[in-house]
Amino acid sequence: MYPASFTYVRPADLAAAEAAFREADDPRYLAGGMTLIPTMKQRLAAPSTLIDIARVPGLSFIRREKDTLVIGACTRHATVAAAPEVRAAIPALAALAGGIGDPAVRNRGTIGGSLANNDPAADYPSAVLGLGAVIRTTRRTIAADAFFTGMFSTALEPGEIITEVAFPGPRRAGYAKVRNPASGYAMAGVFVAETGKDVRVAVTGAGACVFRAAEMEQALARSFTPDALADVRVAAADLNADIHGSAAYRAQLVRVMAARAAAAALSGA
Amino acid sequence: MDEFGIGAPLPRLEDVRFITGRGRYTDDIPMSGLAFMEVVRSPYASARIKGFDISAAQAAPGVLLVLTGEDARAEGFGGYTSKMRKTNRQGEPNFEPPFRILEAERVRFVGDPVAIVVATSAEAARDGADLVLVDYEELPAISDIKAALAKGAPLVWDEVPNNECVFVELGDRKATAAAFAQAAHVAKGEFAISRVAHASIEPRVGIGLYDPVEDRYTLHAAVQAPHTTRNEIATRIFRIPENKLRVISPDVGGAFGGKGYSHPELALVLWAARKCDRPVKWVCTRSEAFLADFQARDNLAQVELALDANGKFLGVKVKNVLNLGAYLTNAGLQCGFHHVGSICGVYTNRNVDWEVSAVFTNTTPIIAMRGAGRPETTFMIERIIDIAAAEMSIDPAELRRRNLIPTAAIPYDTGFVHTYDSGDFEKGFDTAMRMADWAGFPERRARSQARGKLRGIGMAYAIESAAGVRDETAEIRFDTSGAVTIVVGTHSHGQSHETTFRQVVASMLGIAPKDMRMIYGDTDLTPFGRGTGASRSMTVAGSALVCAAERIIARGKQIAAHMLEVEESDIAFDAGVFTTRATNRSVDLAGIARFAHDFRQMPAHLGVGFAERVAFVSDGINFPNGCHVCEVEIDPATGETSIVGYWLSEDVGVVINPLVVKGQAVGGIAQGIGQALCEKIVFDGESAQLLTGSFMDYCMPRAKDLPAIEIKSQEVPAPNNPLGVKGAGESALVGALPAVINAICDALRPLGVKHIEMPATPARIWEAIEQARRAKAA
Amino acid sequence: MTSVSMRVNGADVRADVEDRTLLVHFLREHLRLTGTHVGCDTSQCGACTIHLNGEAVKSCTMFAAQADGDEIVTIEGVGEPGRLHSMQAAFQQHHALQCGFCTPGMIMAGIDILRRHKSPDEETIREELEGNLCRCTGYVNIVKAIKAAAES
Ligand SMILES: Cc1cc2nc3c(=O)[nH]c(=O)nc-3n(C[C@H](O)[C@H](O)[C@H](O)COP(=O)(O)OP(=O)(O)OC[C@H]3O[C@@H](n4cnc5c(N)ncnc54)[C@H](O)[C@@H]3O)c2cc1C
Ligand code: FES
Ligand code: FES
Repeated sequence: MYPASFTYVRPADLAAAEAAFREADDPRYLAGGMTLIPTMKQRLAAPSTLIDIARVPGLSFIRREKDTLVIGACTRHATVAAAPEVRAAIPALAALAGGIGDPAVRNRGTIGGSLANNDPAADYPSAVLGLGAVIRTTRRTIAADAFFTGMFSTALEPGEIITEVAFPGPRRAGYAKVRNPASGYAMAGVFVAETGKDVRVAVTGAGACVFRAAEMEQALARSFTPDALADVRVAAADLNADIHGSAAYRAQLVRVMAARAAAAALSGA
Repeated sequence: MDEFGIGAPLPRLEDVRFITGRGRYTDDIPMSGLAFMEVVRSPYASARIKGFDISAAQAAPGVLLVLTGEDARAEGFGGYTSKMRKTNRQGEPNFEPPFRILEAERVRFVGDPVAIVVATSAEAARDGADLVLVDYEELPAISDIKAALAKGAPLVWDEVPNNECVFVELGDRKATAAAFAQAAHVAKGEFAISRVAHASIEPRVGIGLYDPVEDRYTLHAAVQAPHTTRNEIATRIFRIPENKLRVISPDVGGAFGGKGYSHPELALVLWAARKCDRPVKWVCTRSEAFLADFQARDNLAQVELALDANGKFLGVKVKNVLNLGAYLTNAGLQCGFHHVGSICGVYTNRNVDWEVSAVFTNTTPIIAMRGAGRPETTFMIERIIDIAAAEMSIDPAELRRRNLIPTAAIPYDTGFVHTYDSGDFEKGFDTAMRMADWAGFPERRARSQARGKLRGIGMAYAIESAAGVRDETAEIRFDTSGAVTIVVGTHSHGQSHETTFRQVVASMLGIAPKDMRMIYGDTDLTPFGRGTGASRSMTVAGSALVCAAERIIARGKQIAAHMLEVEESDIAFDAGVFTTRATNRSVDLAGIARFAHDFRQMPAHLGVGFAERVAFVSDGINFPNGCHVCEVEIDPATGETSIVGYWLSEDVGVVINPLVVKGQAVGGIAQGIGQALCEKIVFDGESAQLLTGSFMDYCMPRAKDLPAIEIKSQEVPAPNNPLGVKGAGESALVGALPAVINAICDALRPLGVKHIEMPATPARIWEAIEQARRAKAA
Repeated sequence: MTSVSMRVNGADVRADVEDRTLLVHFLREHLRLTGTHVGCDTSQCGACTIHLNGEAVKSCTMFAAQADGDEIVTIEGVGEPGRLHSMQAAFQQHHALQCGFCTPGMIMAGIDILRRHKSPDEETIREELEGNLCRCTGYVNIVKAIKAAAES
């Protein structure tokens, strides 16, 4: 309940944030704090310095760039869920954001924090990977396919800050998940998108890290219907098994959620 | 009187402080010079302690005091003990493990306390605790019943070979065997009744103070039974007279059996307060609570029910093993014995053969939780009935109906433990069937099926025994201005006594509840009381208040007769006013009180003052009962269950406040649904490490998991207390476990699933469906 | 140490706190607003729910420093005995509390639900209470109370 001691700083801009990062011993950025603070309270993390970027100007916005929807890193889940631009352009993304955690968590948690953290059961990574989004940072842009590198790990370098995420507008997309009964995070969540070029299926919750399901993508590319997935079996071998469910169960959920996500995409929800 | 007397749905008087944030829970009490305690706990389920190194912790900023198990041993403290003594398989008295407040040599579960750190801030105490070094030699450990009883299992206590602490046979083995020999059918089941956490939302908390002048301790703590806590700490641990310790339990944020008894931390804050001459506070964190709060249930039962060809119950056999955890808490063992009588249910079966065994494991100790043995026993009988019904192709409701104790047969001696002194089970049954439209179920099932869903309906008729601790004292006192204060030894932490006890007194004395003051929760201010638990408070404390009110009326009549100069027999009392029949003159209670405090006016033979204290002892326990029906719909693709209907027709005797009684029932059902659907404490099979260490892994039912619940009360007054009430706190939980599991099993039966263990999580349901599918295919 | 100032229940406050001080501890211990409770350490129970700039947040999952310059309302600022907020009154009227420990958080969450939904149905209310645990009431009366407050 009581985190270890640290120094709190609130930099005025991104340059100051990165400078503060360079100067500290064991620094961490703090955005919504919805992951970092519980972790610190349990003393699973004990950074020396917290650099609060939540109010750094220019990180909280939602904007259209032609067919692309760009969301600032410190935009909160509740804002994304309610934003008319998101609901119009990618309703599945708004629905996904509106289903993260609970209302109070959505009022603080940010998209940048969720992606940087890359929790294997987080929702946003599936949308980013499923839509083939691009992550823009203080140093470069990173394609979704190269961003999520493993459990709680990403392509971000020390000190690098996500500034925004650019989502190409899909022809249609859908998301479906089953919540872990205890934590509320995804037991299995599947984001399905028909982008115009191809079909992408991204799975979260079921494995060590969000991943694309190639066989499902092929099946949906042939025919974008829930039924197209009926015969696709998901291999359980690499999936998580824990007290909440076996790998076989998660494989089943992935299959069912994929079909429901496809149905949602078709219904435009 | 009607708007606030017995039976009125009076909104609660205690609510205003809670809804405005002005409740006063232990952690809210302001205190100057406060120090904070953190407990250092064993990270191993079983280990030998080879030594402590506290130097770094002692040197840490803000740290005032570090104490270890060695210091506790040097103080010569005693240990906690079980209220119940039984025998082992050899017929000798069972082993009573030493249960100290800090361990010095061996630890026996993950979370076993070994040291404390006290500091000037909670943060500093936590920092200091991280610096206490304990050298452990890890030993093999066991966490579940089967592992404990396996040949060559590691021993939790060297004194207890095979880890079996207690073994007792109950019932009539010969008669039951004879009944089984006659049976046309025997249904068999093995049921694991899962381990759960009380998980009150307020964590456990205590503040210790020590007064060196009086050599006396004060404990502010969230406990259910202040006098019991006082007795345990004073006489068992510190070995001091009880008047050297005052226990104050202010507002308590839920308890359910888990607050107070035998938890070392409350003695530790007092010891620490004495050692560092400051008030010392400890607040449990939730993650710590999952290790250190005693847990509940955890039984493995083999149950057999013998039936004749018509489905008449002939006898029941139970072999139940209880997982005690690593130590005996004050009420852990009781959970295996109390309430075994519930196995007869509301049925005419008379032959019972019951074996109880209780084993130690390297897990957090077990204590009573809401129901304490009754949910377990009720689950056994109500689940085996459904299994029998399925095997004999009889509708489970019909099978129960055939065996129901007829209303005309009450009082009914079950032949095993209980004689039911009141109840109308036929009416309760019929009401529930109507509420749930049991007959219309097949049509609802067909509709679900058309949508690809599995629908099931289940019932359970639960009967429990309440208010087993039969004495309680209450006082009604008037001050010189005529205002009333009522004082009780029970404790209200959600039960709404501040409203319902006043309603009882209001009904008798005609004083508006809001004009009364109520005192409870302080061993210095209240008469000796046994606290709140086992659905006892209204039965015993309520009755004590009735008796005290009767005495107030009787004394009031004597005084009124003197004041109005008539014979006592000429005085009538109604709605707070004494009137003479002849002259129509009158005096109210306040007038009597003012007069009674004036020694110049009071006749010597009546004495002065206007207060009555009564120690009430009830004639026996009572039998709240209720017929539960639960209807579920399952998504076979994901295994997710939604409860689409829940109905309860319950008899808790006379209802003092229907809002409160329904509230208790719904809350109890929610906890039963929690255990049935999602909650379970899980330990790793190898290391006995806790796997459900926070709400991230221990699944608490949320609003969206629970249904709307419909409840009807049918009041069959209890004959053995003046209010006619029966326990209303636990009875609804008792029936919820089997009702929910029966409904789920009913939904899955068409697929070939025979039984599913609780909690029936989506994963487990899906696995069961898969298994049945594979079995069918093979 | 860090210096924080904020507006709490309409009053300006300023204090020096350790950087690691959680907002909930700042409210409870420094300002003695003990109506905001702590029921867990994984940000799940919602007993600590307050309003930050008009929105429900979990005060156990914020540092006081993060709220510097912000406007906070706690249960004590919602209404008081004799001048109850309609949500508070509905909780009493519908027996939506037993032990009362989850109640401040529930009321703060309930008000926040009505900020976002004019007349929520039962299912919406149940969904929206995802972040608030109650161990006593089984939620039935809490849902009723929030619904009644919406209608009042
Ligand atoms: C009760 C509860 C339930 C939840 N349920 C869900 C759920 O169902 N689904 C789900 O997806 N999530 C869930 N979450 C997590 C929530 O979505 C978090 O908001 C999210 O994971 C982290 O975002 P944050 O802004 O709070 O990040 P923080 O906690 O502030 O930071 C997380 C990590 O990201 C780093 N970081 C933050 N921002 C940046 C940036 N712009 N650039 C680089 N690094 C950065 C931080 O240094 C830190 O290491 C839940 C959280 C809680 C408390
Ligand atoms: S204390 Fe904040 S969510 Fe539990
Ligand atoms: S009223 Fe006790 S936790 Fe909700």
